[in-house]
Amino acid sequence: MLNPISLAFKKAKNEKRPALLTYTVAGDSSKKQSLEILKAISNYADILEVGVPHNTPVADGGQIQTSSYRAIKNGIKMNDIFKIVKDFKTSKNSKPIILMGYYNMIFQYGENNFLKKCKKSGVNGLIVVDLPWPENKIFSKKCKKNSINFIQLLSPTTSNERLKSITKDSHDMIYYISMLSTTGGKLKVSPNKILANYNKIKKINPNKNCVIGFGITEKTISKFKNTDGLVVGSQICKEITRSLNNRQNPVINVSKMVSKLRKKIS
Amino acid sequence: MKLRKGIPVIDQGDKLGFWGGKFGGNFVPETLKKPIEDLEIQFNKLKNDKNFIRERDKYFKNWIGTPTRFIKLNNLTKHVGGAQIWSKVVSDANGGAHKIYNATVHCLLAKRSGKKVIIGDTGAGYAGKMLSMAAKKFGLKCKIFMGAKDIKRQQPNVKAMKKNGADVIPVYSGSQTLVDAVSECMRFWVANCDTTAMCVGSTVGPAIFVRICGWSTSQISRELKVQLINEFGEVPKKIKLYNCVGGGSSSFGFWNEFMDYDKKQVEFIGVEAGGPAKSKRHAAPLTYGSKIGILHGAAQYVNQDSDGQIEETESISAGLDYPGISPLHCFLKDTKRARYTAASDEEALKAYQIVTKYENLRPSLEPSHAFSVAIKEAKKFSKNTIVIINSCGDAYKDRGILEKKLGKKYVKSN
Repeated sequence: MLNPISLAFKKAKNEKRPALLTYTVAGDSSKKQSLEILKAISNYADILEVGVPHNTPVADGGQIQTSSYRAIKNGIKMNDIFKIVKDFKTSKNSKPIILMGYYNMIFQYGENNFLKKCKKSGVNGLIVVDLPWPENKIFSKKCKKNSINFIQLLSPTTSNERLKSITKDSHDMIYYISMLSTTGGKLKVSPNKILANYNKIKKINPNKNCVIGFGITEKTISKFKNTDGLVVGSQICKEITRSLNNRQNPVINVSKMVSKLRKKIS
Repeated sequence: MKLRKGIPVIDQGDKLGFWGGKFGGNFVPETLKKPIEDLEIQFNKLKNDKNFIRERDKYFKNWIGTPTRFIKLNNLTKHVGGAQIWSKVVSDANGGAHKIYNATVHCLLAKRSGKKVIIGDTGAGYAGKMLSMAAKKFGLKCKIFMGAKDIKRQQPNVKAMKKNGADVIPVYSGSQTLVDAVSECMRFWVANCDTTAMCVGSTVGPAIFVRICGWSTSQISRELKVQLINEFGEVPKKIKLYNCVGGGSSSFGFWNEFMDYDKKQVEFIGVEAGGPAKSKRHAAPLTYGSKIGILHGAAQYVNQDSDGQIEETESISAGLDYPGISPLHCFLKDTKRARYTAASDEEALKAYQIVTKYENLRPSLEPSHAFSVAIKEAKKFSKNTIVIINSCGDAYKDRGILEKKLGKKYVKSN
């Protein structure tokens, strides 16, 4: 049986489109609201990345930092995040969930405890921004044992040799960082160049689902239609901030945005 | 966990960059793996390259000005009554602090790798000031990331950086101090690592930065060893080396050359920032038993909550106001080679008053922490004990704070 993440990619492939992955920060702007947002956007997105906010993020740009600080300020704790995932998973339109964050949060929880809790609450995959290969070898094996996808990251600076080793050690999904940037940067590389790198990765192992993230927005998303999946994060976080500033309902606005994103790649 | 003899501590990490199997490492985004590896290869080669060492020593001697003075504080010794009190006046170095060694080495490395821009973080402003000086000297463009709160409290250094042509970029996230400046600097590097070199301002960050910084500041103890032998004919039988510890660059450099001596002969005492007397937000992870966590790419003892969020700290001294500590110091603590304690804001200020009253020396607030503990302990030691304090910064940058806390008479014009 396919695991839920692979299944989501397969479904999208059957519809001849890339899978749409969204990123929102758990607890932004409140526990309740972030759950509502997840429920609303899961009508259009295929896989939901849920950010675990951390207060010294070394790879996130301004938009996600703003969301993270807002969530932390509102008191979000690791256990609340598991609760949000669990509640989401019992909703009728539930989709695969990937937690994305920094290693210290896992380290403090204890790797084994963390994975146990992931399994219990229904987390399907993990992206750990600052646990690169080969440092992640042991942890990624533990994830596999617990049927949780550990998602390896690749970037334009990754050497060919590393590309091969990392792909070999990866599970069902790989995340390609489109350019040298923190999250939320403007796309500063031509889509063709990004796609060339993407194809290089696909060639190494065509069976791995490879998604592209960083710089993907309403404006750029349609240029990457022939890929396995695309991640939109900062633009959604920005929309939450904008909505809050204008005293509008972020749930409605974000849901509208994700629906539009989906249309652009369908 | 064991400290080995005959191998430089900076080279005692394992394959993945961990000291003692658990401190340090490389917890970085994939994008930084390549530039870090490039820097590792370059540094490992150059640190044994005679031409490179000659080039480094030339700039250290003619531009930074080595050696810095090693002086006896006669009046203070008399006042305290106990051990002989000496100081290594590292603030003699060009720019006024030890940060110049690391900055110079990073610029030399950047220059050799063909990078045109160098970026760095700063807390007290020294690391930034020195990097801006060195960048100017070597014709590199320079950007300094500095917490907005620190920009306010360390104006003299901010002015100096700007004068040297550096862009000072205020960081408004989080606590707006050093911890956020380092994060922002790393983020900038993630986005620009193909054209830009990064200098981490202390013995913190991914393992290679810890090593380069420790290698650079070790100039301090190399000089001191020669000066001790010149003064006493040998390395004396009982020495105590006091140094403030924030990130840990000056203390590591002050101790490194004496690492293999028995601690009964050469003892290391690291003094962390205890913050305001009634505060609990200490910048003293070693003294107050913080748990191991990951901060800025390295595993270390760090102030954090149970979830792993890094906690804000509070100290009068911007240079020590950091929730983590160098993996090297975690290693030295757990192998019991060094001893760590803390001094409060008030104690540091008091020590500053005492030192300036008796001596023609004006240690900045950072080394004033070390003076505070040294003065307290020196009383109890015998006359043949040599207490040495690294006066690694000059109080000129602190004049605003000193004036506010102690009144105008303590701030001489400069």
